[in-house]
Amino acid sequence: MSKAVLYDSTLCVGCKACEGACAERWGNPYNDKIAAEERLSAHKLTAIETHGERFSRRLCMHCEEPTCASVCPVGALKKTSLGPVVYDADKCMGCRYCMTACPFQVPTYEWDKRLPKVRKCDMCYERQAKGEPTACTAACPTGATICGERDALVAEARKRMAEKPGDYYQKIYGLKEAGGTSVLYLSAVPFEKIGLKTNLPQEPLPALTWRVLSLVPDVVSVGSVLLGGIYWITNRRDEVSRKEGK
Amino acid sequence: MSRILARFTVWRAIFAVLALAGLYATWVRAYYGLGAATNLSDQFPWGIWIGFDILCGVGLAAGGFTLVAVVHIFNIERYRPILRPAILTAFLGYLLVIFALLFDLGRPDRVWHPLILWNPHSVMFEVGWCVTLYTTVLFLEFIPTVLERFSLHRPLAYMRMISVPLMIVGVILSTLHQSSLGSLYLIVPHKLDALWYSPLLPLFFYISAICAGLAMTIFESWHSSRAFGRALELPLLSGMARVLAVLLSVYLMMRYLDLSHRGALPLLLENRTETWLFGLEISLLVLPMLLLYRRWVRQRPGALYACAVMVLFGFVTNRLNVSITGMEAGSGTHYIPKWTEVAVTLAIVALGFAIFRVVAHYFPIFEAEHREIPAEVSEPAEIMEVR
Repeated sequence: MSKAVLYDSTLCVGCKACEGACAERWGNPYNDKIAAEERLSAHKLTAIETHGERFSRRLCMHCEEPTCASVCPVGALKKTSLGPVVYDADKCMGCRYCMTACPFQVPTYEWDKRLPKVRKCDMCYERQAKGEPTACTAACPTGATICGERDALVAEARKRMAEKPGDYYQKIYGLKEAGGTSVLYLSAVPFEKIGLKTNLPQEPLPALTWRVLSLVPDVVSVGSVLLGGIYWITNRRDEVSRKEGK
Repeated sequence: MSRILARFTVWRAIFAVLALAGLYATWVRAYYGLGAATNLSDQFPWGIWIGFDILCGVGLAAGGFTLVAVVHIFNIERYRPILRPAILTAFLGYLLVIFALLFDLGRPDRVWHPLILWNPHSVMFEVGWCVTLYTTVLFLEFIPTVLERFSLHRPLAYMRMISVPLMIVGVILSTLHQSSLGSLYLIVPHKLDALWYSPLLPLFFYISAICAGLAMTIFESWHSSRAFGRALELPLLSGMARVLAVLLSVYLMMRYLDLSHRGALPLLLENRTETWLFGLEISLLVLPMLLLYRRWVRQRPGALYACAVMVLFGFVTNRLNVSITGMEAGSGTHYIPKWTEVAVTLAIVALGFAIFRVVAHYFPIFEAEHREIPAEVSEPAEIMEVR
């Protein structure tokens, strides 16, 4: 069973308490100016976005089969059995393939540092491991963000939609997107209206490259035999003609 | 030394300017970091250092493995005179690609990490390994030139013993990573424009790299014949141009069928920047393809050269379209490289030209490979047979 976060946009009042708690937990600076930046960055690992009268929250989606972990050439990103996708800065060489590949455009980079790291939410791994809620959940005054087991949160989301069908767009974002994520969204309006990507495949993305990568041994074995064979044939022809010439 | 380096020419002046600008940009990159040296952002983390230096650099060096296959595996001996320049281009190309990568990596001191920290699910991991191994193979393929220069016959004989398996390994490694550079983009179906995103990206990258390799060989033969006052190997080049024309036709036909099967053809009617740059890319490949089918084009050095240049530009446009043009809308941002990015890239290209010139001047690159080995050096008879 894995941990997850449920964000209910209909309950969010945009107080940004989650942002402040997150900054504190990471030791990042936080002030009015940073609060006004409505996007993720290396010093802001969660961000509240305003979409008209509604709010939306951005954070790492902690995919069930994360694209970032699949593309990382050094295995610096890993999906833990606990649920969070965590990052090991000591392994990272800074190729930024995770940033290019992430379907949710989550990982950010310390562009101004001489020895930069990738930055992203790790769902408060060490707190969750101790059974404590994430810092954002603990800070949320309205219960718009809650955390727990993914199955329980899916059930909770379904319950809310069933109890107040008029208040909710009848879908859970994150259930199937990119093969399913550990951050789930509820909203009153279709998800693209609160800035979420709805053009994503329903299957995990890593399969797209694995399909090709798994052919590597075949290319190597068939290729060597084929090339060796061609070499043998073409050079044999030469040897024969050379002998006959003599 | 003094004869070649002391003469002042316009080209040397240009080289000096590019080198100085590149050095300054290198300092900005090293001291202030990627943020100061590039226009990259969280939304757009890969710019021309990946799109040009890596994707184009590796592709343009594909002439090395193509000619090795032609001469040594398919045993088409008459292409031997242009094999060495192609291997040298490839070897320099890969060294420069690795050098360029050090600029782009956030932690260049950890460039070796993929060799010990494995993730076989990552295309980047595979590319890293292949490029490392293939650069080693190119080094071993280039070494005989150096051994000949200093008349070291015994190691030369040993090198020839491993040459065939080495060359087969080289062709396979090239096949793998040339196509894998395309596979890198298979993971971004949601970001890369439908004009370029295709499940066939690896195949397209592979075939177009061979085209670029052939074009590059024509390009460099033309230049070196002028620079070193040699006769141009016209019959060879026009023979290669014929192959290039056929390969380009196959490639373009596949691109067309791919667009049509994916239902992406209507996109060509939309007036977008993507459409125009796609048009530019395809025109730069279709035009030389049509021209190269004509005998008079293939037999005129100037026309042949012009076609090769068009193919090279078409190839570069394709790689930049995949890595930049096609990724902008999906990333929700625009990217124009900063001058420091351009300066580093140009300086690396200039460095490539300069090193090639110097190496070609001092080593037997353009001479026919020495076939005879002095009798006093014992060597397995079989190897002699093969040569």
